[in-house]
Amino acid sequence: MTEDSHARPNRWKRFSDWDERPLRLDKFAAEDAANGFSAFKSPFDPKPGFSLGAGVVESMDGIGSQDFDMIDFFIARYHLDPEIAPEAMAMPSLEVARMLVDMNVPRTELVRLAHGMTPAKLAEVVSHLSSLEIAFAYSKMRARQTPGNQAHVTNAKDDPLQMAADAATAVAFGFDEIETTMRVARNSWSNAVACAVGAAVGRWGTLFQCSSEEAEELKIGMAGFTSYAETVSVYGTEKSFVDGDDTPWSKAFLAAAYASRGIKMRCTSGAGSELLMGFHDRKSLLYLEARCLCLQRAMGAQGTQNGGIDGAPVTCTVPGGMRELMAENLIAVWLDLECASGNDARATESEIRVGAKILPYLVAGSDLICSGFGSILKYDNSFNASLLNGEELEDYLVLQRDFEADGGLTPVGETRVMELRARAVDAISAVLEELGLAKPTNDMKLSVVAASGSDETRTFSGRDVAMISEAIYARSITVIDVIKALAARGFGEEAENLLKLVRLRVSGDYLQTSAVVRDGRIVSAVNNPNDYQGPGTGYRLSEDRREEIAAIRDVLTRQEVLRVEAAYRPAEVARIAYRTIGPAAATRNEREVVIGISPAFGLKLFQTVAGHPLSAILRVLIAGITEGGCAARVVRMRHTADTSFLGLSAARLAGSGIGIGIQAKGTAVIHQKDRLPHNNLELFSNSPITKLEHYKRMGLNAAAYALGEMPEPVIVPTRGEAMGSRYHAKVSLIYAIETEMTSEGAEPEEIDVTFIGAAA
Amino acid sequence: MTQKLLTVADYPLAENRPDVVETKAGKTLDDITLEGVLSDRVTLEDLRITGRALRQQAEIATAAGRPTLAANFERGAELVDVPQDVIMRVYELLRPGRANSKDELIAVARDLRETYGAEGVAAFIEEAADVYERRSLYKKRF
Repeated sequence: MTEDSHARPNRWKRFSDWDERPLRLDKFAAEDAANGFSAFKSPFDPKPGFSLGAGVVESMDGIGSQDFDMIDFFIARYHLDPEIAPEAMAMPSLEVARMLVDMNVPRTELVRLAHGMTPAKLAEVVSHLSSLEIAFAYSKMRARQTPGNQAHVTNAKDDPLQMAADAATAVAFGFDEIETTMRVARNSWSNAVACAVGAAVGRWGTLFQCSSEEAEELKIGMAGFTSYAETVSVYGTEKSFVDGDDTPWSKAFLAAAYASRGIKMRCTSGAGSELLMGFHDRKSLLYLEARCLCLQRAMGAQGTQNGGIDGAPVTCTVPGGMRELMAENLIAVWLDLECASGNDARATESEIRVGAKILPYLVAGSDLICSGFGSILKYDNSFNASLLNGEELEDYLVLQRDFEADGGLTPVGETRVMELRARAVDAISAVLEELGLAKPTNDMKLSVVAASGSDETRTFSGRDVAMISEAIYARSITVIDVIKALAARGFGEEAENLLKLVRLRVSGDYLQTSAVVRDGRIVSAVNNPNDYQGPGTGYRLSEDRREEIAAIRDVLTRQEVLRVEAAYRPAEVARIAYRTIGPAAATRNEREVVIGISPAFGLKLFQTVAGHPLSAILRVLIAGITEGGCAARVVRMRHTADTSFLGLSAARLAGSGIGIGIQAKGTAVIHQKDRLPHNNLELFSNSPITKLEHYKRMGLNAAAYALGEMPEPVIVPTRGEAMGSRYHAKVSLIYAIETEMTSEGAEPEEIDVTFIGAAA
Repeated sequence: MTQKLLTVADYPLAENRPDVVETKAGKTLDDITLEGVLSDRVTLEDLRITGRALRQQAEIATAAGRPTLAANFERGAELVDVPQDVIMRVYELLRPGRANSKDELIAVARDLRETYGAEGVAAFIEEAADVYERRSLYKKRF
């Protein structure tokens, strides 16, 4: 070993940088079909196959009926249509894949064919599609035309006050469904009442579910508090099913039981669940999921919560994992099931992967894009953090606006949110008091209304909540009692809203595929079917809806820019006076540097983008030039507002041939009279981070150039901030104000600048 | 009495065909008001779905090309009047390893058929009983 080799670095430090990124908290798994880690295909997946004997399915996907497991049996018996299967199974998979992305093949025809396809066939067809094609096919095949979204509403304290406030908030943002669950199982009744009341504030129609143990959930539904359920899980292998403590018949019975109680129900399944449960049978994730989905249609579920769900994180560890999640969602909608398309369990720590994951769904639309979206903060999510959470809700609103895509949500202003939260907390407090369940104090209420999350609330203890919940159950309090309590305490509108939701049960319209309530009306795949057949068809943003989506908060306008500038004007008038002397001419003073200011400089605009008063900028520029041993002269350009031309014109007027051009927003240049316009001496383009000291040194350098020296260029340090996104809207509006004041051929004006008082 | 089957055009019934919607006690949707709740004329019983409503939704589902969904609504219609504890008992028995033998499931099916007229659900459970036997699901699970 020489000394040299000892000192030689053994790692490119970029890898160390990468080690620190959130992405590296994600762990990835090697593809390994034999151990269940394969997204689309495994050598152990069966080939699609089908045969009939005397009108009965004799074999399916390589298995004879005598060897069918429970899942095979159920699919063959209830899903496969023997009238269609011979035709559908005989079609080449590639041809069917092309039909899925062919806008001229109607959705109804593809749905008909799916009724005759086996799980292996469905999986084989969608495997031919790229991610882009899957997203497109999804958009064409999803059942309801109008997209929607679902929220989680939970909190770490199971606090009914916060539950109500957050439910009302989620409803205001436009979620079609909200789902709650508990930290402590016995708090389910309290959560249910609180969410039901909160969701009745502001408008009616948001469907609500309380995810709990099957029997408990049905009881809560029977008491009228909830309107849907999605905890009916199914699995793709028999052993997983049995370990999940169910069979296709027990789950199908449960599905019928929900229908009999007038409660909307969807099943749940997702890639990776069999892997997590240890019984994957060496099959690919997609094949197992195709079995789950055929089973759900066979059971007569109207829809599915599908797309990884709890298995999404493990699915995203394998190559093609995210594509697989999209592919299984496609099979779901192809089978004509409502699809609450996952995008819930947070499958990654990387915000880039989060954004990439959601985008295809946002642009394709989905019955319920997330199932659900964490409307609360991550730490308050009792299901565990979602792909998108309260922290990121505004990012999502902006994505809707960016892509002009309806993600089911609508921006809500701060005042409105506060009104609704206060109203919800008052409403649930009134119910708790009226029913003798609890007496929330004013301090509790106020803390909840303002709280972003439960860390900030001063509210009920865990014991209080348990007692409230147990009392609701023990006293058999129903939605009727809650409606009466609301009405008795002056919450007539909320009482009415809650009643309307429960009344949906009487006709059962909302049990049909993909049903949600919009503006008081049922919208489902029956009366709002997706009829996409190319551009101009299918779901399109209406002009009104587009405006809603665009109306995010803090949007800059020209009026706003001018208002801010006008407000700044008096302070500047007290600091500096600009007096126009007359047309500016060139001089022969070799020690003279000309500062060419832009048309609106100090007239309509008074501060740089960095917030420096223009008086201060001129003061330091002049000081720099003077200290550098030259004289400064200020000239206002009226023929141009462009930095380069401001500088070049100034240089041509200066006896030294050196000029500084500066715009009101602070962008500046040092120029020389014989140079090409955009080939300057020094450019100061990052005006938002340019400090006064930099302008001072710009003056010094301009003087140095005038004296024939070669100074060290001024560098404005940048750390790569996304300057454009922060400032470009403002900069463009400001610049338009400048360019509007220019006129072709207008002569430069000599300006006498007088500084009043001390520097700002 | 034969009636014309409902179609997709009749949907949503609450909006397009309120004339065919009524509660078990014969109330119409218009009878279900806040005032009715406050004066105890409307009870939780009036906010339950009826077997008739589920069969109507089954007709619509069939018309919309969703035969399996329709079959689920039909099974649901049969369970409307089955008490909650019976529902939960049947569900429990259908779970793996709960029934010790095929006979237990057959007995439950008979009860549903004879007591509640739930013919379709009964046949469904009998089918499960057969498959469970073939797949050895009656073995005790610890």
